[in-house]
Formats: sequence, structure tokens, C-alpha cells
Amino acid sequence: MTTKPLKLKELAKGEERFMHGHRMCAGCGAPIIVKQVLMATDYPIIASNATGCLEVSTCIQQYTAWKIPWIHSAFENAAATISGVEAMYKSLVKQGKIEDKQVKFIAFGGDGGTYDIGFQSLSGAMERGHDMMYICYDNGAYMNTGIQRSSATPFGANTTTCPAGDVIPGKPQQRKDLSRIMAAHGIPYVAQASPAHWMDLMKKVQKAFEIKGPKFMNIISPCNRGWRTRTDDAIMLSKLAVDTCYWPLYEIENGVTKITVKPKEKKPLADFLKPQGRFKHMFAPGNEWMLKQAQEYVDAQWERLLREDASGKDEAGEKV
Amino acid sequence: MGKIVAVTGNEACAQALKQINPDVCAAYPITPATDLMQRFSGFVNDGKVDTELVLVESEHSAMSACIGAAAAGGRVATATSSQGLALMWEMLYIAAGSRLPIIMPLVNRALSAPLNIHGDHSDGMGARDTGWIQIYSENAQEAYDNLIQSFRIAEHLDIRTPAMVCMDGFIVSHSIERVEYIDDADVKNFVGKFQAVHPLLDLDNPKSYGPLILTDLYHEYKRAQHEVMTKVPKVALEVAADFEKMTGRKYGLFETYRLEDAEIAIVVMSSAAGTTKDIIDEYRDKGIKAGLLKPRLFRPFPYLEIADALKHVKAIAVLDRADSFGGYGPLFMEISGAVMSMDTKPAMINKIFGLGGRDYLPDQAEQVLDELVKIAKTGKVENVKEYIGVRE
Amino acid sequence: MSKKFWETLPQGSVVLEAGSSAKFKTGAWRSMRPKWTEENCIQCMFCWIYCPDMAVKVTAEGKRENFDYDYCKGCGICALECPGKKGKKAIVMEEEGK
Repeated sequence: MTTKPLKLKELAKGEERFMHGHRMCAGCGAPIIVKQVLMATDYPIIASNATGCLEVSTCIQQYTAWKIPWIHSAFENAAATISGVEAMYKSLVKQGKIEDKQVKFIAFGGDGGTYDIGFQSLSGAMERGHDMMYICYDNGAYMNTGIQRSSATPFGANTTTCPAGDVIPGKPQQRKDLSRIMAAHGIPYVAQASPAHWMDLMKKVQKAFEIKGPKFMNIISPCNRGWRTRTDDAIMLSKLAVDTCYWPLYEIENGVTKITVKPKEKKPLADFLKPQGRFKHMFAPGNEWMLKQAQEYVDAQWERLLREDASGKDEAGEKV
Repeated sequence: MGKIVAVTGNEACAQALKQINPDVCAAYPITPATDLMQRFSGFVNDGKVDTELVLVESEHSAMSACIGAAAAGGRVATATSSQGLALMWEMLYIAAGSRLPIIMPLVNRALSAPLNIHGDHSDGMGARDTGWIQIYSENAQEAYDNLIQSFRIAEHLDIRTPAMVCMDGFIVSHSIERVEYIDDADVKNFVGKFQAVHPLLDLDNPKSYGPLILTDLYHEYKRAQHEVMTKVPKVALEVAADFEKMTGRKYGLFETYRLEDAEIAIVVMSSAAGTTKDIIDEYRDKGIKAGLLKPRLFRPFPYLEIADALKHVKAIAVLDRADSFGGYGPLFMEISGAVMSMDTKPAMINKIFGLGGRDYLPDQAEQVLDELVKIAKTGKVENVKEYIGVRE
Repeated sequence: MSKKFWETLPQGSVVLEAGSSAKFKTGAWRSMRPKWTEENCIQCMFCWIYCPDMAVKVTAEGKRENFDYDYCKGCGICALECPGKKGKKAIVMEEEGK
């Protein structure tokens, strides 16, 4: 199959595979991600979905937003469920019972269903080598149940289970770096993306679909309810996440790390944190240490990524 | 004609799965079911079956992958025991509610704590309300025969509901017995081609599985699921009739043994029925009219048919290889439910036996029958629920 | 014999009509309304690619048309991301019902 040209005018002529009428909150990042992912390719796609905002708002009674075959079974098992679908496809094609139509398989899960409760199922499916892609839309908390902390919640964030209290000011821990953990599985493709950088996101999806085996994409997904922001700033915040290096855009292909979008000028982390109500207390007098600690963590992570990005290149800066 | 072999229950079930050749199996090892899928893996790796085997990292994922595979549109099987079934618990309901005819040999084993690997029915009884069909087998032959029949029952277009085929851990799964295998071609022909209903792999007609259903429809979906279960006994009997034509081996919803004119009866499932039958013979020789009823179909439970079979009996002992702590044994509760419809109600006692693989010995059956003789004479029950074979 | 209501439900609660959410109009959620001014539009299509609700109509030639108010929830992402022409936005948010 030829790779689809990524021009918005051309893409806009195509048929939507994810429909309006879904009931995600106004201004949610997740449906933007889903539509960009499905639009990036013309391959037939079958998707599974972990229980969560995306699942619960896109398939209610007789109303489904999905124009592709789609299955939700439970919270912690989107990867195992799609691995079963993929295994059946493989079996029936092998037996000549159905034609091979180069179907691609995706599991969608939020950070709760991916980093936490679904982590074992995800790790298992990746290790088994199913020809599938897992896409995590990471909004940094259990938003569907009402903004509880997850292992993807950033340091300091105020959530309903780690509120910014008088003694404990928000989440004490840094977030789990799941993209790295997935790369450590030795799978052929891992990437981080952002819906603001639609071209980068779609290129990564296209690239992933040309690779056989398990793939993982982690995509930042602003949530105005949980982040305590305006309904119109999901794309602006996705950009700031990249520009502050809070959410670097990179890919790890067969173990080689490449930063795909390098900010022209690295902005201070506070630029990303400030517009979000969940970090409000970090800007209060006396909490300067929190901002400092958050910035130091992001800096260290970014420096490490730069080193890894450089290590895969020759002196001329070309990838080897 | 088939072939007569000396095999374990696990080996017989692995053979049945080999002959059925499911499109996908997803499984995780657990004692005592491990050996079943281990043998089946050998068939896969030797190219004896077309099955795509998914060797998952947990039973939760095993059932999740089975659900994905069954929704995709093909024949699916797995196997488990005990803690494995307990870990699947959430997904059992989803398989049944999604009406996916997944087949699962359940090698019955006790539940922890304390940890124990031996046979009792605690696992199966815990899955009683999941919406799965449950068939219990006395020996390796029955496990083999029931497993083959279960595909026809579960996949029947009026049913489309998952089924577990149970046999006692170690006692049946690991004991070598005489088993009559059916010819490969006959099994294939008996089970027939898989008919997909709403397959996800039908790309031209995309479907969504697993919607959110709230207060206005959930109740109706459960009503529909209940209705399906009411149709299972008829289908099970039709399948059994076809099976008898092929093999000469007769199966019903339950088995009765010298029950027609019995005054006292033991109701017991699975391997313990064999021992009980021997002791009933001894009591018959002494002129005591004893009989046995062995449920085969536990879900759905054939209340009316069992009531009819027991209606002339004066005293009944229900032997449970599981307990419902704070309640009567689960089988006792079902038989009580059956008895409710009788005009003249028999006296009933409940014995909890054989937990964690504790041997069920002839003297336990004798003890129960002696008590029944006394109750039949006096009509008096001193103690409804009691543990037997317990060290005191 | 006519079927009871529960007998008419799809087996296993499977949704058989793909994309049927289009029958559910989410436009009523809106409190702010995006207004599109064609002369300020450079057809960059950012509003279209960033719309979470697939509520920007596009012609068969891939040209932006007006909003699909049946589905637009009024989040305002389009207005914020709109580059406009010569400093003038092609999309602005107005209070609904004004």
C-alpha cells in the first residue's frame, strides 16, 4: 500500500472513520488524537478500547462513533483483547478461511488503563509480538472516574486523590516514563506524539503501520476538566508541552532514538504549568521548590534524550 | 469405530480439542489444568492442528484474548483451574454477556487460602452466576464426551453462550482410565463448521462490541440472557441424542442410578458419584432401597426434571464438594430449589465432603446412607449441614 | 406472535450500525458559538484537523465550509488556533443565542 500524502486539503476529502455525535467533553484532546490516527492511513483497522473516557463516550447503547470494527471488553485488557482479535485474523487467514486484507490492529487506552491497571496485559501482548499498535492517550489522571492520580500524573499535580493539601501539596512522585519502559521491551517501534503536531503524529502512525510486530505510541491528551483549564486550549497546551520539553516528540525505532521535533527555543516548564489550575498551588509563595524540582526533572530527562538522540548519529549528524 | 485408550482426563480433553481444531486458544498454565494445554501446545507445534495459540501472561488476559478472538469470529477454547478461574472472574461475565461461545475445560480445584492444588468444586461454584453453561463430568470418558458436545451446545444459534466442562482435579485430570476415543472425522462432522455471528472481522459491516448500557436497557439485556439459559436443556438433550447415535453413549441433563424405586438417595456430582454407586450396590444387596442422582448440567440447573426424578424419595442427602460459608452447600441449595415444587417434600441433609482433595472414601458414603435410613424411618433431621470425612 | 421488546435487542449488545452516533446531536451542549468569516479564511484547515467533534464541514474538493452546528460543542479550539488573514481571525467565538 502506498503511503497517504499528509496534506490537510487532501486528507479532508477522505471519509471520516470516527464520527461526530460522540459524547466526549467539549475541547477534549482524545477525539482529536483518534481522528488523526485513523486518518493517517487507508489500511483497514480494527480497534479495541480500554474502559475509560474514550470508550464510555463513543459507544453508548445503539450509538457508536466508530466506523471501524471496535471492541471494548474491560479496563485492564485492551492489549489482550486486541491480541485475541489479531490471533483470530492470523488463524483464519492462515487456514484460507478469509482473505488477507492487510488489516491493522490498534488498542486505545487512557493512562490509567495503560500505565497502571492494564500494564501487565500491555507488557504481555508486546512481548508476544502481536502485529498490533497500542496507543495511549495520556491525560495524566483517571479522568473518567473524576480526576484521580495515576502513575502518569506529573509531579505536584492537584488531583482528587492527591489534592494540594496543607501537608502534602499534590502528587509527591514524578510520573512513570512509560514510553521508555515500552522501548525496553525491545519492540520495533515506540513513539511519543502530540495532537498539536498533527503531521508528526500521522507520520509516526504511517511508519508504525509499515512495521510488522508490536508498536507503542504515547500521545499527550489535554483534559480541560482534569487540568483545570479552558475548553479551547487543548492544542495550545499540547504545543507548550512540546516546547517546554515536558513532552518531547521522539521515536525509538529498533532501539535507535530520534527526536522528531526539537523546539527552536526550550521554554521554561512554568509556561506549560501556569495555565493549568492543577498546578496553581505550585506558584504560591513558599512552593518555589516544587517548580524547581519539576523543572530539574524535565531538564534531566531532556538532557538524557538529547544524548540518546546524538548517540545514534555520525559526525555529520546523520542517523547511522 | 473409535479407539480404546488408557489416558488421563487431561489427555482425553487435549485429544478432544485436537480433534475439534479450534481457530484460537489462549491459555495460561495452572495446576492441575496445565497438562491439558501443555499437551495441546504439542499438537500446535507439531502442526497437528491449525490453532493459533496465544500464550498469555495471566488468566485474565487468557479470557480477554478469547473474548477478542471469539468476537472476531471463530472457534475458541481455553482451559483453567481454581485461582486461574478466580482471576478470570470479571471476564467470565463479559464473555457470557457478549454471547461469545467460548469453551473452557475447568479442572476443578480448591481455592486459596490456605493454598491447595487438589480437587474440589469451589472454583466452579464461584462461577455459578457468571452466565456460563456448566457441565460436570464423572470421569475421563465423560469429560471427553462432554467437551465435544459442549461446542455444539454453546455454538447453537439459539444459545451462543460460553460453556465450561468440569472434571475433578487430579482425581480425573491425572488418573489413567479407559477411554473410548471417537474417530477424528466423526468428531469433525459432529461438531460441524463454526458459524460466526456478528464477526468483527467482517470489514464491510463494522460493529461495535461492548457499549455502555444504562438503566433503560441493561435489565432487558439480562432478561434476554436468562431466556437463552431456558433453552439450553432442550439443545443439550438434542445434542446428546445425536451423540448417542454416534457413540452409543447416553447423556441426559443428569444421571440416575437405581433411583426409580429408591426410598433414600444421594445427590452428588463428578467423580464421587462413582464411589457412591458402588456403595449403593452394597446397600441394595442388603435390601435397602438406595439410589443416586448425579447432576450433569449445573447451569442451567434442571430444577423441574430433577424434582420429578426425586419425587418418590423419602430422604435425600446432598453431597457438596464446596461450601458456601454461612450458607448450605451450593448443590444443596439447588436441590432445595427443586424440592420446592414437590407436593410431598422429602427430608434433606447436606454433607460437605472432599475439600482440597480430601479422599471421599466408601465409609463416608456408608455413613451418609445409614443416616438416611434412619431419617427415612423417623422423618427427623437432626443436623441439616455437616462436614464429613473431617479429622476430629 | 409479536416479539417482546427485550427479544428485539441485538445479541450480546453488539452495535450493528457503524457511525450511528451521528444520530445524536451534540450541538445543544453549546454555550459559545464559533462564527466563521470566509473572507478572513486562508483555508489552512487547522480548525478541521483540530476539531474534536468533526464539526467543520468540508466540500468534496477539500474546501472548508461553515460549521456543522448539529455537532459543534463550542469548545473554541478552532477560534484559538485560527491564524486568520492580516491579523483578522476567520473564526471568533460568540455567546450562543446572541
